[in-house]
Amino acid sequence: MLLIPCPWCGPRDEAEFHYGGQAHIAYPDNPAALSDEEWARYLFFRDNPKGPFAERWSHTAGCRRWFNVVRDTATNEIHAVYRVGEPRPVTA
Amino acid sequence: MADSAAERRSPAAAYAARFEAASAGGGLRLAEIPFLTQVDLRVDPKSPAAERIGTAIGVPLPVEPGTVASGGDLEVLWLGPDEWLVLGPDGAAPDLVARIAEAAGGEHVSVVDVSAQRTTLAVAGERARDVLAHGCALDLHPRVFGPGRCAQTMLARANVILVAGEDDVRVLVRSSFAGYLAEWLLDASVEYVAGG
Ligand SMILES: [Zn+2]
Repeated sequence: MLLIPCPWCGPRDEAEFHYGGQAHIAYPDNPAALSDEEWARYLFFRDNPKGPFAERWSHTAGCRRWFNVVRDTATNEIHAVYRVGEPRPVTA
Repeated sequence: MADSAAERRSPAAAYAARFEAASAGGGLRLAEIPFLTQVDLRVDPKSPAAERIGTAIGVPLPVEPGTVASGGDLEVLWLGPDEWLVLGPDGAAPDLVARIAEAAGGEHVSVVDVSAQRTTLAVAGERARDVLAHGCALDLHPRVFGPGRCAQTMLARANVILVAGEDDVRVLVRSSFAGYLAEWLLDASVEYVAGG
């Protein structure tokens, strides 16, 4: 079980959260102008690194806020937690 | 038409006798506090409306996560950075909603009477926090979760709001989960109940 530090509520059990996939995926400026392939790429293609990964989590059983986490996918170590709208912190 | 107040039945009413029996030893006291007023409020904490609402209800909205501000017969629970739950006595909702709505003016504010959404289970006595610890991952010690603090979390896998007191914790639970949680509390209490 991960212990995830919600930027509002502090450390809480993973069971209180929902996972939201890769962070910082911008909605296309003009979706209608995209080809099917480009649209599919926006919808379905995500990074899958072994190592630090910026991802979204929602504290569904608590303050119900979405926020971002930099988690090492190999070790589950959480390097950073930051609120939506804040830039991804520089981590080792 | 019948008086609707006479027909009200609280979600954990059926547990009153068993709560009372479990409370006989004194180390633990279980009871439902039915029909409290609960008003959900969403507003930008930095907006003039937030300040006006605080003035109108006589309690400034707490901005520190997990804290409770109180004044008069009202308590304001921090639920999120732009969300609060205002607790008051039974019957206070219509007046409270009207006062908040008036203070909100034309600003972007949501105020909803959610009194029927949850009921309140009071877990009191020196064993209260031990019982809750059976199903809650939070540190409930009064040193970190004492008077003036609240938390939205899970108790025995049910979503709850915990409101800390000196030797008690109030558990606000959704009405449809109240029976389940009452059963769970009674079960978790067995080892603390005299003769149990
Ligand atoms: Zn939170």
